[in-house]
Amino acid sequence: MLDYVRSYLTSNLTPGSAGNMFWAFVYIVVIFLGLSVAVIAMNWLERKILAHMQVRLGPMRVGPHGLLQPIADAIKLLLKEDIMPAEADGFVFWMAPIFVVLAAFTVFIVVPFGPTHAVTDMNIGVLFMLGVSSLSALGIVMAGWASNSHYPLIGALRSSAQMVSYEIAMGMAVISAVMMTSLNQQGTGTLSMIGIVQAQQAQEIWFIFKFFPLGLIAFFIFAVAMVAETNRAPFDLPEAESELTAGFHTEYSGFRWSLFFLAEYSAMIAVSSIAVTLWLGGWLRPFPNLLTGAKWDLFFSLFPGITFLFLAGMCFYSTVRMPKHPLFRIQTIGLAGFGVVLGLIGLILFITAVRERVQDIYWFSMKVAAFMYLYIWYRGTFPRYRFDQLMKVGWKILLPMGLGVLILTAGVGLWPLIQQTIWNR
Amino acid sequence: MEPVATPFFFYLLAGLMLIGGVLVITRRNPVHSALALIVTLLAQASIYLMLYAPFVAGVQIILYAGGIMVLFLFVIMLVSIERSQRERQFNKQWVVGMVAATALGGLFIAVYTKGRGIFPEHALPAVEAQNTQNVGTLLYGQYMFAFEIASLLLLVAIIGAVVMAKKRI
Repeated sequence: MLDYVRSYLTSNLTPGSAGNMFWAFVYIVVIFLGLSVAVIAMNWLERKILAHMQVRLGPMRVGPHGLLQPIADAIKLLLKEDIMPAEADGFVFWMAPIFVVLAAFTVFIVVPFGPTHAVTDMNIGVLFMLGVSSLSALGIVMAGWASNSHYPLIGALRSSAQMVSYEIAMGMAVISAVMMTSLNQQGTGTLSMIGIVQAQQAQEIWFIFKFFPLGLIAFFIFAVAMVAETNRAPFDLPEAESELTAGFHTEYSGFRWSLFFLAEYSAMIAVSSIAVTLWLGGWLRPFPNLLTGAKWDLFFSLFPGITFLFLAGMCFYSTVRMPKHPLFRIQTIGLAGFGVVLGLIGLILFITAVRERVQDIYWFSMKVAAFMYLYIWYRGTFPRYRFDQLMKVGWKILLPMGLGVLILTAGVGLWPLIQQTIWNR
Repeated sequence: MEPVATPFFFYLLAGLMLIGGVLVITRRNPVHSALALIVTLLAQASIYLMLYAPFVAGVQIILYAGGIMVLFLFVIMLVSIERSQRERQFNKQWVVGMVAATALGGLFIAVYTKGRGIFPEHALPAVEAQNTQNVGTLLYGQYMFAFEIASLLLLVAIIGAVVMAKKRI
C-alpha cells in the first residue's frame, strides 16, 4: 500500500497517465478545495477592488477590512429559506444548478498546473475543455425554463444565444493556437494541454508572440470571447439587473443560488486557464530559455515564498494602522494572526524540496490571477453592450477576424514548405 | 495501465442510453424529452471514449450535446408547453413503427449471429495517443472527396435555411 502511494512520487507522469488512483483522488480533492477557496477569495476581492475603483471602501464591517465577509455571506446563503416557485418544473429546477456545477468543475481534470500537476493528460485536452464548458449553457437554459417565469426565460434565451455564437469565434482562435504547436516545427501537433505548453517550451516562444501579430490577434479574440462565454460584464446581458432583475437565476435562492455563483466563478477560472495554457506558456516561468542557469533558477523559485511574505507584511502594516479602540482589539489580534499564518506559509515555501515542486503551480496561478483581475477591471470600466451590438461583435467582427487569423497562421506556418517546393522545381 | 473498457462500464452506459432513448419517446413534455436525449448523447460519447476514440467523443459532446441540443431546447422553450400538452397527438403510426423496429432488431440479431466472419477476432490495438492525428490524416487524405462533398451539402442546407427565413434577399 505504502509502496503504491510512494511509487507515483518518483514517476514523471500525471496520476491519470500513471494509472495511480490514490494520487488522482488526492489531486481531485486538492483542486476542488483550492477552487472553492479561490472562489471565496474572488468574491471578497471583486467587491473590494470594484469599491476602490469607484472610490468606496467596500465591505469593512465583518472582520478587519471585511476579510470575513465571504464567510458571513456563505452562512447567510446556507441558512436562507430555499424557495421553489409553485408553477416551476420541480425536477428540472432541481437538476439545473447541479448540472452547471458539474460542467464547471469537470473541466479541471485536464488543466495542467505543472508538467505533472494535472489529474490526467488527455489526448483531446482542449477539445474536452471547450466541450464540457459548453454544456453549462444547457444548465442555464434548464434553469431559465424550469423557473416558469418571464425574466429567467428571457435571460436564459439571451445567455444560450450568446454562448452559442461566441463559442465559434473562440474555437477559431483555439484552432490557430493548436496549429502553432506543429507548424514550422518538427513533430506533429497536439491537442493535449500539457503537450501544448511543452510545445511552447520546445519552440522557445509563448504562442502570443509567435508569428507576430497573428498570435496576439488570436489571443485578443479569445480574450473577448471568453468574457462573453462566462456571461460577465460588459457582456452580462443574461443577468442585466436593470432589465431582467437577475436573469436566469432570478427565482433561485439560498444554496441553489450559491451553486450558480460557484459555477460562474469556476468557469471564469477555467477559461482563463485555457488562455494561459494556449498563449501564455502555462506553468513556464518568465524567460525559461533566456535567463538560464542555476542562479536564475534559484531567483525565480524564490517568488512563491516572497509573495506570501509580502502578503504577511501587508497584514502587519494594516495591524499597526488599525484603530486603537478597545472595540477593535479582537479584529487587530485576528489580523496579526492571519499575517503570522501567511508568513509561516511563505517560510515553508522557501524549503528546497517544496520550492521545486510548487514553482509551476505558482506561475500558473499567478497568470490565471492576472486574468481574474482583468475580469474585475472590465466590470469596473466598460458599460454593458446592447444585445444587437453583442451579436454584431460576435458574428461580424470576431468570427471573420478569427477565420482570417486561422488561414494566415496556416499560410505563414507552411511558408517554408511552399518555398522549398518552389525552390526544388 | 488497466483498460477502462470493462463490461461493467459498457452495460452501465448502454443501459443509460436505452433508458434515455425510451424516455425521449414516452415523455409528453418536449423539454423533458430533449433532456433525456442529452443524457443519451452523453452516454454515447462515453462509449466512444471507452472504445479509445477520444476525438469522436469530444466532437460528440461539442456538437450534439453542446450545440445542437441547446438550439433544440431554444426552439422548444418558445413553444407554449401547456397548449401542446392539451392537444391530441395525431401521429398514429405505431403499427408501421413496430414493423420497422422489428425489422431493424432482426437485422441486428442476424448480423450478430451470422456475421462472425465480418468482424476481426480480437479488439484492435488501442491507438489512443494518436487518435486525433489519425482521424485528421484520414479525413484530409484518403477521404478528402467525401469530406468536401459533406461540407458542400451543409453549405446548401445553410443557404436553403437563409432563403426560407429571409423575406427579401
